[in-house]
Amino acid sequence: MSKTILAVDDSGSLRQMLAFSLKAAGYGVIEAVDGQDGLNKAKQHQVDLVLTDQNMPGMDGLSLIKALRALKNYQSVPILMLTTESGDDIKAMGRAAGANGWLVKPFDPARLTEVVKKLIG
Amino acid sequence: MTIDMSQFYQVFFDEADELLAEMEKLLLALDVSAPDSEDLNAIFRAAHSIKGGAATFAFNDITEVTHMLESLLDRIRKGEMALTPDHVDAFLVSKDVLTMQMDGHHHGSSVDQEAVGNVCLRLKALSLGSAADTPVPAAAAPESVKPEAAPVADADGNCSFRIELPEVPQRDVDALAAELGLLGTISQESLADKRVVFTLTTPESQDSIVAICSFVLDPDDLKITHGGAQTGAAEAEPSAEDPGYGLFEPVKADAASQPVAAMAAPTKAEKPAAEAKNLGRRATDKEGGSQESSSIRVGIEKVDQLINLVGELVITQAMIEQRISVLDPIQYERLLNSVGQLTRNTRDLQEAVMSIRMMPMDYVFSRFPRMVRDLAGKLGKKVEFVTRGAATELDKGLIERIVDPLTHLVRNSVDHGIEMPEKRRASGKNETGKLTLSAAHQGGNIVIEVSDDGGGLNRDRILDKAKQQGLPVSDTMPDGDVWQLIFAPGFSTAEVVTDVSGRGVGMDVVKRNITAMGGTVEIRSVPGAGTTIAISLPLTLAILDGMSIKVGEEVYILPLGYVIESLQPASEDVKDIAGQGQVVKIRGDYLPLIPLYRIFAIEPKFTDPSQGIVVILEADGKKAALLVDALVGQQQVVVKNLESNFRKVAGISGATILGDGGVSLILDVSALLRSSRQLNADPVFF
Repeated sequence: MSKTILAVDDSGSLRQMLAFSLKAAGYGVIEAVDGQDGLNKAKQHQVDLVLTDQNMPGMDGLSLIKALRALKNYQSVPILMLTTESGDDIKAMGRAAGANGWLVKPFDPARLTEVVKKLIG
Repeated sequence: MTIDMSQFYQVFFDEADELLAEMEKLLLALDVSAPDSEDLNAIFRAAHSIKGGAATFAFNDITEVTHMLESLLDRIRKGEMALTPDHVDAFLVSKDVLTMQMDGHHHGSSVDQEAVGNVCLRLKALSLGSAADTPVPAAAAPESVKPEAAPVADADGNCSFRIELPEVPQRDVDALAAELGLLGTISQESLADKRVVFTLTTPESQDSIVAICSFVLDPDDLKITHGGAQTGAAEAEPSAEDPGYGLFEPVKADAASQPVAAMAAPTKAEKPAAEAKNLGRRATDKEGGSQESSSIRVGIEKVDQLINLVGELVITQAMIEQRISVLDPIQYERLLNSVGQLTRNTRDLQEAVMSIRMMPMDYVFSRFPRMVRDLAGKLGKKVEFVTRGAATELDKGLIERIVDPLTHLVRNSVDHGIEMPEKRRASGKNETGKLTLSAAHQGGNIVIEVSDDGGGLNRDRILDKAKQQGLPVSDTMPDGDVWQLIFAPGFSTAEVVTDVSGRGVGMDVVKRNITAMGGTVEIRSVPGAGTTIAISLPLTLAILDGMSIKVGEEVYILPLGYVIESLQPASEDVKDIAGQGQVVKIRGDYLPLIPLYRIFAIEPKFTDPSQGIVVILEADGKKAALLVDALVGQQQVVVKNLESNFRKVAGISGATILGDGGVSLILDVSALLRSSRQLNADPVFF
């Protein structure tokens, strides 16, 4: 049974690449275009891992993480932050919001699946 | 796992194009003195998204420019730097450069590296320029360096850098190692792909490292990360050779069942419940994955194929309709009903398919605010640019062909139409001229108007110029005819030939292009109050409502849009004009009579207009009566290009396949009317 990953990014090309790489690695992928969309989709489908961009219009990644953690069935689902900044402050904020890890953009598909595998096998 | 990234390029280019267009729109609308923070955020996000994509797909030149753009925008949106018109200008230029770079990657077009360099310098200067009065000195990061965390120095003031080299010959590696060794302690290791990574501990800045490396290789290919800045708290498990990601908690091999969030403690009972839900929801998850986007991108050739197929369907459907028209309506009632249904469905399908090709005029309009701004700035004029009806839709084929003529007209309006601020003030007008671009549907046409409140056309000057050029004019010509003179080849009345327009070429090309699209151009102008140029275009070229007419054994199609009425004139209403054919008196107006049988040299049933039928046509504001034998009917026809399948025939604009499978020619009404004017050169009747 393949695991499902929610990929949230406002950039279509990034999203497509995420979906493609993850599907190639055998995961099911649900895409969302921004934080709000991500939250709605997460409510509709219980996923095994959430990948979210930080900088998005409307609800950003950190707000999404906080909102997800407030949901009962997302308290223990791994959440990975995608960010173009690798500064400690953004990491600390992500950690405080409840993210499990971060991945700096741009990333290589291999690195993405590597970290995803570490989290959900 | 290797993935061919190039498969995502198209999406990236499309997306980046949209983002750049959006960015430009926002920049143009931005109030520099009091910018809206939401707009600034949106502009920042656009740059940010392009950078993210470009970096992912390794378009390093684009990443470089967007990175600088992003850094500047970030500071502006955070209020660390004030927005100035200089910024907006530089951002707009950056947008152009990015578009050029994007085209370079996408279509292989040439990229002006000097322009790229200039814009980089400009952005850099802007970010440095105000660095002094902001508390953030690090914002002017060198472009070749990724925005890493600020280096944290150790007790001796040393920082550790990880320098990842591109693939270079060993002697370069040795040379670099020697050079960098002078800065501090250096160690060297090799990656799996034979590239070399240095770890350098030095009191020098990252800039110095880049400076040294740039002697040997392109700094863009260099990846420098700060190795010693780990505060330890955030990354419990930084990947040894790779700082690209990190997890906040150590994750065990069986992490899947026990991921631990930093903030929220998991409850053990919950996980199985979630898992159980997963089982139940798997099917919907899959569906969810495929219905993500509300729009899809499809190649234009697929759409054209679809339109072509629907065209064939329309023809087939017309054939069936014709075949069953001979059947007894009572005996075949149900068949006839079904065909009626089929007709309606076909028509709906056709409309739906045609609408796929329709694009909003915004596609064209959106490029003008920038152009007008730049032009007005260059000429020292003040112009307010307004668009109306940008949502009006037009066939994609037409929309692409209207760009050039429209660009020309807008340029003309800014250059010649709108006066200099002083002159406007002197004539009691607002200093800022107003240029309006509007689109609206009118019947089966779309009317696009370029309207300015400038000086208007100068009737006397146009007439003088026309006389100089030996055009047939008279001082008593109506205004409308005088204005049309500016469409004559090589005609220009502008006193000064400017860089922008006025070289006397163009208006005739504009007119020709629009006529070729089946459209017309009309000019309205009032001295001192402005000029309006109205372009009228058919909504689509692929299918038209036609009226079939018969002359002898031939059936021709008249585009319905040109037909006003048809009638049988009384014989006393038909008059002969010596040497100039005949005219028909219709409700007090004399219209030239065009005998179609004579133009195509066919044997008609009637040569006497009072026995046949005359169809009153109107094109380009002129009317004429076309003599035919009979009206056959009215139907939608699918236009097939005659030129590409046969050759251009005078008086014929295309062909179509009739319901009975026969081919019928579509008459070029404008050309017919023009030819009649040459026959009867006397303007009295027009």
